[in-house]
Amino acid sequence: MGVNEIMEARFLAPGVKSFLIRAPKIALRRKPGQFVILRATDDGERIPITIADSDTDAGWIRIIVQAVGKTTTVLNRLGTGDVIPDLAGPLGMASEIEQYGTTVTIGGGVGTAIAYPVTAALKEAGNEVIAIVGGRTAEYVILEDELRAVADEVYPCTDDGSYGYHGFVTAKLQDLIDEGRHLDFVLAVGPIPMMRAVAEVTRPHGIHTVASLNPIMVDGTGMCGGCRVIVGEETRFACVDGPEFDAHLVDFDLLDRRNRAYTWWEEWRMCQLEEAGAS
Amino acid sequence: MTRKERMALPRVVMPEQDPGVRRVNFDEVNLGLMAEMAIREAERCLLCPKPKCVEGCPVNIQIDEFIALVAEGDFAGAIEVIKRDNSLPAICGRVCPQEEQCEGMCTLVAKGRPIAIGYLERFLADWERAQDESAAIEPAPATGKRIAVVGSGPAGLACATDLARAGHEVTVFEALHQPGGVLVYGIPEFRLPKQIVAAEIAGLEELGVRFETNAVIGLIDTLDDLLETEGFDAVFVGVGAGLPRFMNIPGENLVGVYSANEFLTRVNLMKAYAEGADTPVFDLLGKRVAVFGGGNTAMDAVRTALRLGASWAGIVYRRSEEEMPARVEEVHHAKDEGVDFVTLTAPLEFYGDDGWLTGMRLQKMELGEPDDSGRRRPVPIPGSEYDADVDVAVVAIGNEPNPLLAKTAPDLEHTRRGTLVADDETGKTTKRGVFAGGDIVTGGATVILAMGAGRRAAAAINEYLEAGAW
Repeated sequence: MGVNEIMEARFLAPGVKSFLIRAPKIALRRKPGQFVILRATDDGERIPITIADSDTDAGWIRIIVQAVGKTTTVLNRLGTGDVIPDLAGPLGMASEIEQYGTTVTIGGGVGTAIAYPVTAALKEAGNEVIAIVGGRTAEYVILEDELRAVADEVYPCTDDGSYGYHGFVTAKLQDLIDEGRHLDFVLAVGPIPMMRAVAEVTRPHGIHTVASLNPIMVDGTGMCGGCRVIVGEETRFACVDGPEFDAHLVDFDLLDRRNRAYTWWEEWRMCQLEEAGAS
Repeated sequence: MTRKERMALPRVVMPEQDPGVRRVNFDEVNLGLMAEMAIREAERCLLCPKPKCVEGCPVNIQIDEFIALVAEGDFAGAIEVIKRDNSLPAICGRVCPQEEQCEGMCTLVAKGRPIAIGYLERFLADWERAQDESAAIEPAPATGKRIAVVGSGPAGLACATDLARAGHEVTVFEALHQPGGVLVYGIPEFRLPKQIVAAEIAGLEELGVRFETNAVIGLIDTLDDLLETEGFDAVFVGVGAGLPRFMNIPGENLVGVYSANEFLTRVNLMKAYAEGADTPVFDLLGKRVAVFGGGNTAMDAVRTALRLGASWAGIVYRRSEEEMPARVEEVHHAKDEGVDFVTLTAPLEFYGDDGWLTGMRLQKMELGEPDDSGRRRPVPIPGSEYDADVDVAVVAIGNEPNPLLAKTAPDLEHTRRGTLVADDETGKTTKRGVFAGGDIVTGGATVILAMGAGRRAAAAINEYLEAGAW
């Protein structure tokens, strides 16, 4: 089997697909929190995607892709035996895994793809590990079984109450704090509003909170500066200085605005793609 | 012809696309000389007994020798002479700052008509590429030695060429999905067509060089991995100066403010200018685009903006035009195409609406005493601040060395500026078996200087592999 070949592809939720990609070297080198940059087609754009898991013996990495734009939609049409034309990684800094005490890892939607490997690493480092996974409805809660295998407690949450805790992940986190649980470290990965809300829940309690940011990137090696974010007073490049930063210091408004810079383009490309599919 | 007659002849004029036509396309601006023009230009050469032009060339091409052959119409012989010292003449003939190097030293400069050495070099390289069979240089017998070249820009390509010719097995690692480094992501199509870079790379592949793209050395493999696990006998580091500098003024993170690297990478490498490209660049049609800086990259960016439909594209530069580091030819080309030059002006801040850039606050400057660089320092004129509308801004004020590789090789010494410590002559770093050259050692410089460093390092690597002593 060739490098970058898809060994297994399956949907975890509507529009959310898990791929095992043969990439023995990346599998060997990658650490939790790192990502790859890939192109879905020979002339496609470069997009960053987190490495959710890997197996060094079998030589694969796992990525989880939610179809939101053209590239991710095209990517999700690929299946077993297809080859990803370009795959570069592992990129970015690894998560800071320490023995914090009690940790909470929070994954919203496909953000769980990052929360999972970090959760496993935190457990291995000797932490008491709590995982909170959120989804709009029951079918969008992903990786719950995997998380149960590594975490001490797992709390699935759904916006509509169709499964697990009825409410946002932040409400569950607030409950844990209100119950008097002593929390030493929180990782939030998911949509920007979710990460911002988590930061606001933990801020008054001074709980060390980290967010894994998802800005637009091109090269992923620090060369273009497109992924710059403001953390504290400083401009940082998420691709090489991150993607994880102190959530209490991140300027989420700026990240949100910069991530919407090409919405007009994405919408247009999606229309074209749908028209092409319809004809 | 007598010497006096020669000296009276005019310098050849490079045929170019009409400015009105080219400012809306990405085709190459300079069209190249025809054979008769090249011969006539070569006939002007005074064939100085001690040619200064050769001294002015960073890789000491035997310029007088090749020009004499061009004058005789022996183009094959002439390109051979160039290729002894320069493996990438089609590229250097286009992007070298000849006016500061070979042509700047030409005896005829006094008459204001130096021999157009760059045009001739370009002519010969293009002539050779058009021949059915180019004079392929056979590599030396295989040595069994393996060398890793990190980075596929000018330094890496030049180094790989010489090493492959010496019979070594060479693998070039490139972080992006396409080899060529700054030649591909930075320099636009209208100044250096990508098919020329592709042809040079194909030539290297024919020589047996392997290119491994999508390989970010430092992360997928460290230098130690390359030397120990992967079994390379030596490593050349030519990763360039790829970390964009920003101006650190308010509003620089607004949507609409690009680094030149990002803007040019989106357009050049990712082909955002072409129909059907997946990678976007802001729609510049009818927009106002300001580019900050006075170097070649700034000229590339502002001319790219025009071609993407900008209604106003301007260079904003703190000093006067005289101090601009860009090549004179690039400045002329930009002006002919309609680029506005706002000199002696510095930006104070960007402002916007709902996160999108809408304007900039500028300040007039005047020139004071010379600074460390020998150029007169720009000094703000109090009370001269003013606002101007702008839709997209491109920051082209240079690059720092990219620390990605150095961070993962603690035994590789670097300077306070972040450049790698390497011997000028040999490129030897502080780590055994590791050589370096190009912008990662010098900081942002030129293609030809990087190539020269790559070639010197290749010679030193040969010596190291033969002697086995560091």
